[in-house]
Amino acid sequence: MPVVLDAKGLHKSFGAVIAASEVNAAIEKDSVVGLIGTNGAGKTTFINMITGYLKPDRGAIEFEGRDITRLPPREITRLGICRSFQIPQLYSSLTVRENMLVGLGVVLRNAGLGGFLSRRPPLVPGHGLPAEEAAARLLERFGLSEYRDRNAQALAGGVRKLLDIALAMVAKPRILLLDEPTSGVSSEEKFAIMEMVLAAVRAEGATVLFVEHDMEVVSRFAQRVLAFYDGRIIADAAPQAALSDPEVKRCVVGRRA
Amino acid sequence: MRQDRTPLVLGATLAALLAAGPLLPQWALFILTLAFARGLVALGLMLLLRAGLVSFGQALYYCLGAYAAGALGRFYGVSDIFVEMLAGGAVAALCALVLGFLLARYRGIFFGLLSLALSMILYGLIVKNEALGSTDGFNIAAASLLGWQPGEASLRYAVMAAAAVVSLAAAWLVHRYLGTPLGRLAPAIKDNEIRVEYMGASARYAVHVKYVIAAALAGVGGALAATTIGHIDPDMAYWTTSGEFIFVAILAGTRNVIAPFAAAAIYGAIYSTAYDLSPNTWQLSLGAALLALIVFLPEGLSSLLVRYARRP
Amino acid sequence: MKIVNVTHGSFYALGAYAGASLTGAWIARGLPPMASYAVLAVAAVLITLVFAPAIERLILRFMYAKDEVVILLITYALFLVLEDVIKLIWGVDPYFVADPYTLLGSFSVGGMDYPTYNLILVALALLFGGGLAWLLHRTRVGKILRAVIHDPEVSRALGVNVGRYYLVTFTFGSLLAALAGSFTAPTVSVVPGLGVDVIVLSFAVVVIGGLGSLPGAALGALIVGIVRSVSVHYLPQVELFVIYFVMAMVLALRPRGLFSLEEPRKI
Repeated sequence: MPVVLDAKGLHKSFGAVIAASEVNAAIEKDSVVGLIGTNGAGKTTFINMITGYLKPDRGAIEFEGRDITRLPPREITRLGICRSFQIPQLYSSLTVRENMLVGLGVVLRNAGLGGFLSRRPPLVPGHGLPAEEAAARLLERFGLSEYRDRNAQALAGGVRKLLDIALAMVAKPRILLLDEPTSGVSSEEKFAIMEMVLAAVRAEGATVLFVEHDMEVVSRFAQRVLAFYDGRIIADAAPQAALSDPEVKRCVVGRRA
Repeated sequence: MRQDRTPLVLGATLAALLAAGPLLPQWALFILTLAFARGLVALGLMLLLRAGLVSFGQALYYCLGAYAAGALGRFYGVSDIFVEMLAGGAVAALCALVLGFLLARYRGIFFGLLSLALSMILYGLIVKNEALGSTDGFNIAAASLLGWQPGEASLRYAVMAAAAVVSLAAAWLVHRYLGTPLGRLAPAIKDNEIRVEYMGASARYAVHVKYVIAAALAGVGGALAATTIGHIDPDMAYWTTSGEFIFVAILAGTRNVIAPFAAAAIYGAIYSTAYDLSPNTWQLSLGAALLALIVFLPEGLSSLLVRYARRP
Repeated sequence: MKIVNVTHGSFYALGAYAGASLTGAWIARGLPPMASYAVLAVAAVLITLVFAPAIERLILRFMYAKDEVVILLITYALFLVLEDVIKLIWGVDPYFVADPYTLLGSFSVGGMDYPTYNLILVALALLFGGGLAWLLHRTRVGKILRAVIHDPEVSRALGVNVGRYYLVTFTFGSLLAALAGSFTAPTVSVVPGLGVDVIVLSFAVVVIGGLGSLPGAALGALIVGIVRSVSVHYLPQVELFVIYFVMAMVLALRPRGLFSLEEPRKI
């Protein structure tokens, strides 16, 4: 499969803290990649750099052959890379439905539609439906329909996570980065949520990278694993191989008794 | 889906005012016209408030609009009310376009105080300028409408009618704007700018646009007020004038586009009575009333209307 | 303090009026003029104690949990109210009490006369700036205060009396404003509108210096002061304009001001 996302020699430090050091990763189209590592190992920094929130001190990032290293988040989103967050970033005073409509509105606007003078509701690019219907369908895919008219700030943790991911899907990204999609969710639900999310996401043909701390979830869903430690990638292999790597065992998984 | 009743209400209001107008006494027409002027400024403020931004200096554009209208009359002999309003809006919009590059970067108190400071700078500039009459300001000639110069008796009505048409049309336009993607972005900007950026939109651009629209509305309002009162002076840029607009905007709430005008009318009525009773404590009363509003009715009139509508 | 405080300008004005009127009365009674400096300080303290705790306890205390916009509007409303309260107490005529200023005369620097009183102002600025920095960073109280500002909930959970800290901080902050107003009073004509003028100026200072930075504020004040004096000397018409022009230039190069603090990580 061709490489869609290529990170080359990324380096990022905050004063004395080295958050990323010589990070190289070539992500293939349609793959599902798990990012593992202890807290502070550099996984979220990696995602922040790819999505433009942080600029690497050195190195470059290419998306489908195009250099996106210096672009701001909104440009990168428009190009087709979206993400969810460790702490769900929602519009707290709006309802679930309204959250989706804001996102769909932005997609419309970026396509030059839905402006001041438009009469009938235009079809949202990528969804083929007017905004209201597109929102309803996406909510259904993520099992959020019953929360349609609830305020985002009143939602429970797992539901907030799902909404966060659904919002990331609004722009129909070709690459989706999920930052701890199952954290804060009970262990019984983790598998169910990942199943649902990946089914919804893969139906759109997206490449997925997800940060995960639960190794069972990683081995079940990832095709490939990148293990981070201290700002470096210490392993890059299929889940079985990566998780049995001695260094990974020591630095990430923890020694077993 | 709830049907959008706003255009209907706007249209009905316009029709009612035009019909009832000739029957109303002169002072009522005066208050109504000023209510439209202030309502326009408050409508602009509402746009900004929805995005979480409070401008303590909308009087800057109100005053610019007024002086633009006045300058048209004084230096070019133009007295057409529509031209005056257009000029007021245009001058204000242009200024906001430039200042917006600075202001759109800020939020919260910085946005508020920066806008305050800019309005006070205009105040200072006008006061120092002899050509514009300094603190005395100058008078404006009676308005004409598209070539017709109304007589003494029908002037107030004509001006009120022009005000109503322009204001309610502006309200309708704002209403439509609120349904566009950029319009819907306002509460999102207020809640979570990071998410806005990550959705692919520029919060700064959106704020800049809203700022310019609000300024244009304030400019039109200023021109209208100038020609109605018949006199302009630098006090129109003073920070306490901005305070009045804030009061009207808070009273109105952010739910619908008609509320600013209703709130402005109420304010106008209160102002004339309270000011006569105690002119020296007007700021105090205004401040106290604003405090009371914030504590007891933070969503303004709009929330009352919505509450009423929900009762079975 | 993370509460956005427009009322600060009012305390500057209150300090100026209190200082001017109390000192004026003092001198009118024939009491020793050299003591007028102490009078200025006392006036500021008294006026702050009258207004600040009352405002904090009666109004602000209930509003901390609310939206930032709401708090902003509340302090603005208070600003409006206090503006008229000042007029009610002191009237609209200007107060001009120059004695503390003229008493110290002036001295020659490079062929120009420099008023000695201004040295006091500089000294006070340094004293308070330095003192505040010391307080915040070197004392236990200061460190707790910074914790409270950063996260009131956690602080409360740790047993800190957050309410009392807020009260003291608000009062102390207002006192600083009042002292500034009081000691500036002898150099100007104290008139209504003093509060707004100081907001306009201090805003430029804060933005130039960088949000949240004490050394930045000092540098910003220095820059604004110099720019202002130069412009008053050569081009008085553009005095206000010039400061904001400088501000825009600084921001074009450094959008967060000269010394802005590192932003905490959000995502």
